[in-house]
Amino acid sequence: MRDQIKGFIINNFMMGRNPEELADSDSLLNKGIIDSTGVLELVGFLEESFNIQVEDAELVPENLDSVNNLVNYIEKKRA
Amino acid sequence: MKFTKELIKLDCRKVVEGICDTLKTQIFVTMKRQGAVVGVSGGIDSSVIAALSARAVGPEKVIGISMPDKDNSAASKDLAAELARKFGFTYITCDITPALEGAGCYKLREEGFREVFPQWREGWKAKIVLPTNILESGRLNVYRLAIESPSGEKLEKRIPLGAYLKIVAASNMKQRMRMLTLYYQAEVRNYAVVGTANKNEHDQGFFVKYGDGGCDLRPLGEFYKTQVFQIAEYLDVPLEIRRRIPTTETYPAEVSQEEFFFGLNFTTLDQLWLAKEGNFDSSEVAKVMGLTEEQVLNVWKDLDQKKRTTEYLRMAPLGL
Repeated sequence: MRDQIKGFIINNFMMGRNPEELADSDSLLNKGIIDSTGVLELVGFLEESFNIQVEDAELVPENLDSVNNLVNYIEKKRA
Repeated sequence: MKFTKELIKLDCRKVVEGICDTLKTQIFVTMKRQGAVVGVSGGIDSSVIAALSARAVGPEKVIGISMPDKDNSAASKDLAAELARKFGFTYITCDITPALEGAGCYKLREEGFREVFPQWREGWKAKIVLPTNILESGRLNVYRLAIESPSGEKLEKRIPLGAYLKIVAASNMKQRMRMLTLYYQAEVRNYAVVGTANKNEHDQGFFVKYGDGGCDLRPLGEFYKTQVFQIAEYLDVPLEIRRRIPTTETYPAEVSQEEFFFGLNFTTLDQLWLAKEGNFDSSEVAKVMGLTEEQVLNVWKDLDQKKRTTEYLRMAPLGL
C-alpha cells in the first residue's frame, strides 16, 4: 500500500523532480508537492484504489499530508 | 513597533495622489497610450480603479466598459452606470453572452455541473464554494459545488477532479472574453487597459491568468481589500457600491468572494496578513485581534499555502 501511494504521488505530482526528495514523513503541502487541485486528485485516487469513501471531515492534513499519514489513514479506514 | 488595528489605515489623500501621479506617467509616458480603459462591474475594485483613472488622466480619456452576461445581476449594470455619471467618464455596455455561447462556455460548464449532480438543469442556480473557515482550519482547501432548484431544493457536494477542472476551465472563458473585449476597446483608441486586482486577489491567486489578470497596469496590486474600501470612501464612490458584498459574478448563483475563495471576512484576514508581513509576534497579534494564537497561525499557514500553490498564475511566459 505504501509503495502504491508513494508511486502515485511521484508519478503524478513530482514529474521532473527527483523521487528521492520525498521522505515518507514530508508534508506534501509544505514541500509544494500538491495544491488544492492535487488534493482532489489524491482523494479520487484513494477512493478508487482502496475502495473507501473519504468524508469531508477527514480532509485534514493529519490524514492526507504525508505518505505516513496517508498509510495510517487508509489502515484506519479499512480496520 | 507594536501591532495595532490602526496599522492598516491609509493616509488616503497621499495614497490617491501617489497612485494618480504614477498612473498618469505610466499611461502617457511609459506606455505612450492616450487614455485608460477599465472594465466596470459595479464592484468596489473596478469602481475605485475607474475613479482613480478619471482623476489621473481626466474623465474624458477614460472608457468604462460593463461586460455583463446572463449570470450577472441587473444591479451590477445599474451601479456601473451610476458610477460613470458621478465621475464623468464614458460608459459603454458590451453583453458578452452571445460570444460565450459561441465559445461553448455555458454548455461545457453545465456538463461539469451534471457530472456532479445529474439532475441539474438550466434555470437551476449553481456555485462553487470553499466552505472552510480558515480560522478554525486544519482543513484542506477543497471546493464544493452547491446547486439550488427553482423550487428551492439545495444540494452540495465535493467536486471530483475532472468535473472541477471542466467547470473552472469553462467559467474562465468569461474573464478571458472580458479581457478580449477590453483590449479591443483599448486598441481602437490607443488606450491602456487598467486592471482591477487588489493585493488579496493578485497575491493569493484569485484571478484568471490572461483573463482579469491580463492588463497593462495594476495600480491596486499592493493594497489589501479593506484598504481599497478606505480609498473608495475617500474618493466618495457611491455608498451602494461600497456596501455591496464582493461577489465573483461567475456562476449562475451569487457567490461571495469569501465563500468562494478567501474563507474569512476581509477585515480579519487583512489585519492578520498585514501582521504576518510585518513579522509581528503571533501571540501579540492574537491578543490584539481577540483570537487564539492557533487561529492566527492557521490563517498565516493558509495565506502561505494559497500563495505557494498559485505561483503558476503569476508567472510570465518562461524563456529558455
